[in-house]
Amino acid sequence: MRQKNENAHPIFTLFVHLVLIFLAFLCLFFFYILLINSTRNHFDIQKGFSFLPGTSFVSNFKKVMADANIPVLSGIKNSLIVSSASAILATYFSALTAYGLYAYDFKLKKPAFVFIMLILAMPTQVSALGFVRLVDRMHMMNTLWPLFLPSIAAPAVFYFMYSYIQSSLPMELVEAARMDGCGEFMTFNRIVLPIMKPAMAVQAIFSFVGAWNNYFIPALVISDNNKKTLPILIAALRSADFLKFDMGKVYMLITIAIIPIIIVYLLLSRYIVDGVTLGGVKE
Amino acid sequence: MKGSTKRKSVSYAKWGYIFILPFFAAFLIFQMIPLASTIYYSFFEYYRSGLNIIGPNFVGLENYKALLGSDFTKYMGNTLILWIIGFLPQIFFSLLLAAWFTDLRLKIRGKQFFKVVIYMPNLIMASAFSMLFFALFSDNGPVNAFLISAGLIDKPFRFLSTVVGARGLVGLMNFLMWFGNTTILLMAAIMGINPALFEAAELDGCNHTQIFFKITLPNIRPILVYVLITSMIGGLQMFDVPQILTNGKGTPNRTVTTIIMFLNNHLYSKNYGMAGSISVILFIICAVLCIGVYFSLNGDDSKPKKKKKKAARAAKA
Repeated sequence: MRQKNENAHPIFTLFVHLVLIFLAFLCLFFFYILLINSTRNHFDIQKGFSFLPGTSFVSNFKKVMADANIPVLSGIKNSLIVSSASAILATYFSALTAYGLYAYDFKLKKPAFVFIMLILAMPTQVSALGFVRLVDRMHMMNTLWPLFLPSIAAPAVFYFMYSYIQSSLPMELVEAARMDGCGEFMTFNRIVLPIMKPAMAVQAIFSFVGAWNNYFIPALVISDNNKKTLPILIAALRSADFLKFDMGKVYMLITIAIIPIIIVYLLLSRYIVDGVTLGGVKE
Repeated sequence: MKGSTKRKSVSYAKWGYIFILPFFAAFLIFQMIPLASTIYYSFFEYYRSGLNIIGPNFVGLENYKALLGSDFTKYMGNTLILWIIGFLPQIFFSLLLAAWFTDLRLKIRGKQFFKVVIYMPNLIMASAFSMLFFALFSDNGPVNAFLISAGLIDKPFRFLSTVVGARGLVGLMNFLMWFGNTTILLMAAIMGINPALFEAAELDGCNHTQIFFKITLPNIRPILVYVLITSMIGGLQMFDVPQILTNGKGTPNRTVTTIIMFLNNHLYSKNYGMAGSISVILFIICAVLCIGVYFSLNGDDSKPKKKKKKAARAAKA
């Protein structure tokens, strides 16, 4: 740790705090108005701006649920299925791949690793055309499968797992398990996975959120109303004639889409914020 | 570490292949084959006209020629401008905050609170966030109502009908969604710098600014490169925010239409030939950037070390 000979000038410290408060305000302000407006009815919202909540939270919620054009309940359900499945597949198979490349020596080990590192940041959009055609030919249009199955190959999650496994899995442990007659798969599931738990939890959260927020590919694959995920519903709301809309309902639907994530984030923030860099990036 | 994995008598090599098989199989099916067919279609005339499907007829590079004659370059320009508007404040504030958060002479109260708050927008659904901004910044939305009641303007400012307003909002949202993430990455990088460098600099009487430019910046260069390149790739992917904010129209006058929105339009109208050629150009650009990411993460370790030594010498000199 650095020795501090002196503290910073108080005026400078004050300035730093003012900048931080300003940025924090920017980050929170819009969500504050969102929450406030989700508790006000259409008429109140049209009257203007308010810092104080209204009393229409429940009625807005009921109105959104009752709207046949926006199938919110099935939207939440579909989003939950896709996000949970993505999180499970991405973390399990990334850990498996990371362990495979870390613990075994084989000819294609190095090329396989270099290959994954090269595609680490390749966007899925570049192959969207072929992907949609493939999904069509597999008769999986308007199903949720194509939204989570590709998560089995998640290069960024793999990289995180690989960095983590390097720093926290002693090979002696694996060898001891082998001596005890543990099969390779059992060694992975019983010995390695428990050690990977912290990394898996962090990546499960990121994968879940990523899938929950994903819009581009789902919008190309899903057109059935009862298969739509939340981002597609939001987009549908945007393309509907906006002026005819009950603004209370609009704010409520946005609230439903983002507030659960914020609540989970606030509960787990310490792990998430630390997890952004945990093994993820070398200095 | 690696030495201890040496096989004794049993060969475990096949398990390596088995363990990495699902990843590569999924990648082959859902990425490689689609990419191959995307490249393939980019050489074909293949689109829908009314109810008829024209093609696929092989046309060579015609799609690429047509692309260069279309608004492709304009949308590339839009994407670049929108990315820069968001990236400049993002890197500026991230560097500033990362330096402040890691400066032990600065006593920041509620450091954890600020970190949690600035990272939060990164997890927000971009489409919902854009819908929120659309509602808040609409002509009779809360922001205009607030500005009028505060006496700052006398009639609503039409954010979404002016080029500056619409582009500014997209940039603001990208900035808000990403500066927290970048701050945390840079903080980790700064905390990884050898503390002796800072001590030496402080003993020699360097001030905050000198330490930042002479020690911090040169030492976090690999991470800065990583942040820059991944942000460029993210910028090329920009879609949700401008799409929802402008309802896919890129208003005013297609000045916020990004390259992926252009691709999306072609995919929706089943204009596969053109969609293919856009994808291929994007793929080539991203492939180059991905090589950059690879080297920023796996660059040989000698370089940063040399730099550290140089910085140490500079600090001592």
